[in-house]
Amino acid sequence: MSVAIRVIPCLDVDAGRVVKGINFVDLRDAGDPVELATAYGLAGADELVFLDITASSSDRATTYDVVRRTAETVFIPLTVGGGVREVADFDRLLRAGADKVSVNTAAIHDPTLLSDAAERFGSQCVVLSVDARRCPEGVSTPSGFEVTTHGGRRSTGIDAIDWAVEGARRGAGEILLNSMDADGTESGYDLPLIELVRREVTVPLIASGGAGRIGDFAPAVGAGADAVLAASVFHFGTLSIAEVKGELAEAGYPVR
Amino acid sequence: MTSVVVLDYGSGNLRSAQRALERVGADVTVTNDVDAAMNADGLVVPGVGAFAACMAGIRAVGGDTIIDRRLSGGRPVLGICVGMQVLFGLGVEHGARVEGLGQWPGTVERLHADVLPHMGWNTIRVPEGSRLLADVAGERFYFVHSYAVRSWDMVTEDPRMAAPLVTWTHHGEDFVSAVENGALTATQFHPEKSGDAGAVVLRNWVSSLD
Repeated sequence: MSVAIRVIPCLDVDAGRVVKGINFVDLRDAGDPVELATAYGLAGADELVFLDITASSSDRATTYDVVRRTAETVFIPLTVGGGVREVADFDRLLRAGADKVSVNTAAIHDPTLLSDAAERFGSQCVVLSVDARRCPEGVSTPSGFEVTTHGGRRSTGIDAIDWAVEGARRGAGEILLNSMDADGTESGYDLPLIELVRREVTVPLIASGGAGRIGDFAPAVGAGADAVLAASVFHFGTLSIAEVKGELAEAGYPVR
Repeated sequence: MTSVVVLDYGSGNLRSAQRALERVGADVTVTNDVDAAMNADGLVVPGVGAFAACMAGIRAVGGDTIIDRRLSGGRPVLGICVGMQVLFGLGVEHGARVEGLGQWPGTVERLHADVLPHMGWNTIRVPEGSRLLADVAGERFYFVHSYAVRSWDMVTEDPRMAAPLVTWTHHGEDFVSAVENGALTATQFHPEKSGDAGAVVLRNWVSSLD
């Protein structure tokens, strides 16, 4: 037996409310992250990711409250990302009850954030979120994939594979690999991207972006993912956590 | 009501441990107050991050003495994750050798596995007679760590002493994932993050405190 492939729903939270359509269960309030997190916990989610997309820093306090209330009621690991700028943000989120904190743009601007956070809190709670895409015209990297910021809208020209390697070397205990090309297409995970990163990093790898059909998950694991993350297919009830796990088990992968 | 103190020495997500223990009916206080930690029915020693940092944190609040005294009096202590690792004799991280609390012989070392940290839900091989891990056959538990105890070195020759019960897990290689040894209990996995299966384990421990 070995460690189970994790199936992780991701919730976009804006000013304390889940945004993007949610209609997979009978909730009193489909926009309440705590209620939804609880429902996913009961449905067999192995972990949860909250992505805080709150624009204004004044609304960010609400996120801490959501994290706090979720940690009170849901007894599976919780990763929180979005808007993390400094080590103090790690501290605040971990104190609120997050088990892991994911960081993206701020680490690109200052990679020492990863090492500082890992040194202070341990690698196990530092997740490097990499928004990668195939290089558009005018941009070139050795792997052909570059890192983007601002949800894939801004080019950095940084090689995505090199960045994942550097992130892990600096102390990230996990890579959350988002394919900006596959994101929203529901046409499957970006297998070549997953394979390239898997070949170079030894920390756990979460595949994200592109999940649309039941058959999409096992190939991502075959390409080297330790965990599969999805949002809309779960939120819209297209697929259940149990169905995805059933499919993974069918393909011979261990699940919880 | 069974009273439990979660030792607060600046490590990790203590709130989750508190809530998970409350969920199974314990009266929980998170503190580093020596009297409270000495007098509680059970003491939980949590721990995330580096072995050396946890050891320093524990010593800074007198946790080493608290644990020693409790165990001399047969008062239960539960170590979780790095809170388990520090109970062993030695921790070796990044080439640095750090003395542990030495309650058990053994060395905490980096696991040999393709993917580290060992992160996620894994199975456990429970020894016969385990009270802590009763009623969780076939369940998986949440682990997150890169270091572990890879061999059990304690020799129990005195026939009057019950042999410790050691639970194993495999990730790249076998490592110790739980120990039950009289008043001293420990898990490498996080029962407080292991959903309903974790709640059963915590309930088993709390109910043993009476």
